[in-house]
Amino acid sequence: MTLMIETLFGLSQEAPKAQKPETRSTCGPTGCLGIDMVAEDKRAPKMSAQGLNFYYGDFQALFDISLDFQENQVTALIGPSGCGKSTLLRCLNRMNDLIPYSRVQGKILLDGESVYDPAVDVVALRRHVGMVFQKPNPFPKTIFENVAYGLRVNGIKDKTFLRERVETSLKQAALWDEVKDRLHESALGLSGGQQQRLCIARAMAVEPEVLLMDEPASALDPIATQKIEELIHELKETYTIIIVTHNMQQAARVSDVTAFFYLGKLIEVDRTETLFTRPRLKQTSDYITGRFG
Amino acid sequence: MSGISYSSEVQRRRKVVQGVMCWLFRISAAINGAALILVVYFLVARGWRAINWTFLTQPPMDSMTRGGILPCIIGTLCLSVGAIVIALPIGVASAVYLNEYARPGRLVRIIRLGINNLAGVPSVVFGLFGLAFFVVYLKMGVSILAGSLTLAALTLPVIIGSTEEALRAVPDTYREASLGLGATKWQTIYHVVLPTALPGILTGAILGISRAAGETAPIMFTAAVFFTPSLPTSIFDEIMALPYHIYVLATAGTDIEATRPLQYGTALVLIVLVLGLNLIAIMYRSRLRKKR
Repeated sequence: MTLMIETLFGLSQEAPKAQKPETRSTCGPTGCLGIDMVAEDKRAPKMSAQGLNFYYGDFQALFDISLDFQENQVTALIGPSGCGKSTLLRCLNRMNDLIPYSRVQGKILLDGESVYDPAVDVVALRRHVGMVFQKPNPFPKTIFENVAYGLRVNGIKDKTFLRERVETSLKQAALWDEVKDRLHESALGLSGGQQQRLCIARAMAVEPEVLLMDEPASALDPIATQKIEELIHELKETYTIIIVTHNMQQAARVSDVTAFFYLGKLIEVDRTETLFTRPRLKQTSDYITGRFG
Repeated sequence: MSGISYSSEVQRRRKVVQGVMCWLFRISAAINGAALILVVYFLVARGWRAINWTFLTQPPMDSMTRGGILPCIIGTLCLSVGAIVIALPIGVASAVYLNEYARPGRLVRIIRLGINNLAGVPSVVFGLFGLAFFVVYLKMGVSILAGSLTLAALTLPVIIGSTEEALRAVPDTYREASLGLGATKWQTIYHVVLPTALPGILTGAILGISRAAGETAPIMFTAAVFFTPSLPTSIFDEIMALPYHIYVLATAGTDIEATRPLQYGTALVLIVLVLGLNLIAIMYRSRLRKKR
């Protein structure tokens, strides 16, 4: 681990000169390598980033990212810490709006419409683009109220409907059997893995179209992780899923498309199988094999 | 394994210092506890004999050498509750603004500086301010309302400070989760942030109410009077209050020696009242915590 970090630091210092030619060859003005892959897929993407730059104050965290996310697919964003994958994820539902002095350039489209358009209601956007966070973060409320929360704040009062939605969502999140007898107990009494599935149920209850997952299993043990991964597999039938992960085996297991980021740039994107077995760039292959550079 | 030679002298000295420091802290804590116990013991020992049914249910009689302190108990309750009813909403709203809405910058720094300075203003200055502003300028007269407002101004910084602390302790992930579900900022604050922070806010309210109940200087010009046998019927009435009554009995009574037991009795009632108010809030708070 230490070795990896040292290698990373060593690399990040020489990165600017080592980086540029490679980046240009993959993500030039004509688009990224991934365009070939997208061309196979004739459908219009559910979401896409186009020439996206993102700044935290003076620090540029994302450089000219263009990436499509297809419906009913799982797209994994991988790369070392600080590569911008979480920043990109949090641009997709404008969660980065909360960060003072941050700035966005370029476009993010949902069904072809720009989400950063001033006319867009960001509250409604987040109902369409749900999010699951790294650490399980259920509210200090009952299990039922956690799942019903998104519906309630959006003005749904019908008790029968709420009950049905809560049950459906918990079933979708494979949690129903474990909690059906204690819906009105505190969610904080659940185990970490159960809490994370509760958070997934909570996100799904409002029927979003896209589900963003920021390292959803990184705080969980292997068994809970496996459950979450199986869940992701089932959920993609209904949703467009974008998942950030540090775990390359996980990316390989759950995703259809994988995008590799490094120092705020999109290095390579391809079908997951292809990216992990025949990456086009040495940098990608070094990262996925754990050599890093 | 290594060639480092550790001096046994250093080892010995470290142990001694460790022991001394540990005891130093223990003694400091013990002094604190002892102070409270002493005060309570002193009051109970000297005051319990004065307390009986008449004392708690009758107004003072015979130039305050006999009778009870009912108007003072009612007065202090009115003032404390009035102060907290006024200060809590304003204080919580201010803290929510500072912590949730305001962008960190110069304005917020200036407001915080103002609040901190307000906390440092001597209570007698609040009394004079209350007299000049509420009693005279706003023509409220010496009344429960004027006294409550003055006490509210005094307790505001305490409430704002503890509310801000409670809000800061709410994890940002709660806010993000709520916003991520399509809640508005206000819904997030109302349904998630405030309920989570409520126990901490109540702690502030407890501190505030204790302070308000015990203050003398702010009410002596604005609400409390030397003597009135009648109980208040409106918020514009003047009243008697426990802390001021103690002061009156001990310094300005007609027969100070004869009222000595009554002084201790009144002080004991005040302490019990404050502890009782605290107890109610503490019980409510722990019930909230259990509900999580």
